[in-house]
Amino acid sequence: MKWDTCDPSEQYLLHLGDDALVLGHRLSEWCGHGPILEEDIALSNLALDLVGLARQYYQLAAKRIGAGTTEDQLAYWRGERDFKNHVLVEQPNGDFADTMARQFLFDAFHLLQLEAIEQSNDAELAAIARKALKETTYHAQHSAEWIVRMGDGTDESHRRISSALLRIWPFTGEFFLPAEVDRLAAARGLGPDVQSLREPWLELVREVIAKAQLSLPVMPQKLLRGKSGIHSESLGFLLAEMQSLPRAYPDAQW
Amino acid sequence: MVSADDLRKRLHLVPDPEVPALSVLDLGIVRDLRMMPDGCEVDLSPTYTGCPATEVIERDVREALEELVGQGNVRIKTVLDPPWTSDWISEEGLRKLEAYGIAPPPKRSSDKRSLLGLSIPLNCPRCRSSQTERISAFGSTACKAMHRCKDCLEPFEAFKCI
Repeated sequence: MKWDTCDPSEQYLLHLGDDALVLGHRLSEWCGHGPILEEDIALSNLALDLVGLARQYYQLAAKRIGAGTTEDQLAYWRGERDFKNHVLVEQPNGDFADTMARQFLFDAFHLLQLEAIEQSNDAELAAIARKALKETTYHAQHSAEWIVRMGDGTDESHRRISSALLRIWPFTGEFFLPAEVDRLAAARGLGPDVQSLREPWLELVREVIAKAQLSLPVMPQKLLRGKSGIHSESLGFLLAEMQSLPRAYPDAQW
Repeated sequence: MVSADDLRKRLHLVPDPEVPALSVLDLGIVRDLRMMPDGCEVDLSPTYTGCPATEVIERDVREALEELVGQGNVRIKTVLDPPWTSDWISEEGLRKLEAYGIAPPPKRSSDKRSLLGLSIPLNCPRCRSSQTERISAFGSTACKAMHRCKDCLEPFEAFKCI
């Protein structure tokens, strides 16, 4: 079966859904492993929100693709090359600082992306964004607080969050590097020109980093093409685990 | 003849599965109720995108209204826009939450955007003290956070303000 689509609105929905699903799955891996009970619960709640968001995008995409397509097929039966998420969100959890650095840098981007999609001329897509924006604001406040708590905390927490930011930073350039899916979405008024989000993103990030007594990493960005389906090796392992059950038992139902 | 008012009265008896002190009407998620020639239509808004209770609520609403209009005659429409906010919980709902031991959300969902330094003081639902602190931004369900009262020392849940 082939789930690829040439329609720009369907492609865009899959790209947005893939970011939410892959990051949601990564966060769900923390369930039962959080450093403290409260954070274990928080990470699982973030995962729940993101998987819920992915479902909204996939349900709409499935409806538009038609021919009996379902959200589950889109989540479980597409291969690595079909996934159009940013390479950042598939990066392994690492330690808690790595996870929070990834989360904060993504949350700040996600906020701006959703704010722009609220203005989309696709009314159904705009409705999903308007809903998600409220939850994403809550997520961003949570991850920003952790950046500050760790940066402005002990020597050990400062060291960990500093090196986590350095590790994650090179993956953030892809947010603002337009891929085919972004160009088509922007041309049709579905979503923003991603390049225009760069400055506001830096402003959000700079404020929190400064409050955390950290410095903004100065280092080159990787040239990544996750949005075109070219991923790091991490995604294949993630999908293999996430998709194993429906693929082993194709008709399994809860 | 069943009226929309009868449907509304019936929904007063359908509890939120995760916060059973509140009915689905108190929660503010029932956007519209219409009697149709062949049954009824209900517009529901989900609270949290990932809330597992959403599907249970739909089922409960359907079953309750089917008692009045007959099986298979209830159509449920999900309305995302404008999105549900905790500001839509009714005054009665806010009182019920507090009586149940959950601090109700302040009607402040539009204060947002600042990523730092945002903390709304809540009163302890047990002793009313305003000396409380948040101990976790997330809680046992998607809609709640954990707080603690510095006077009576009891931990308590608070409905998230979104």
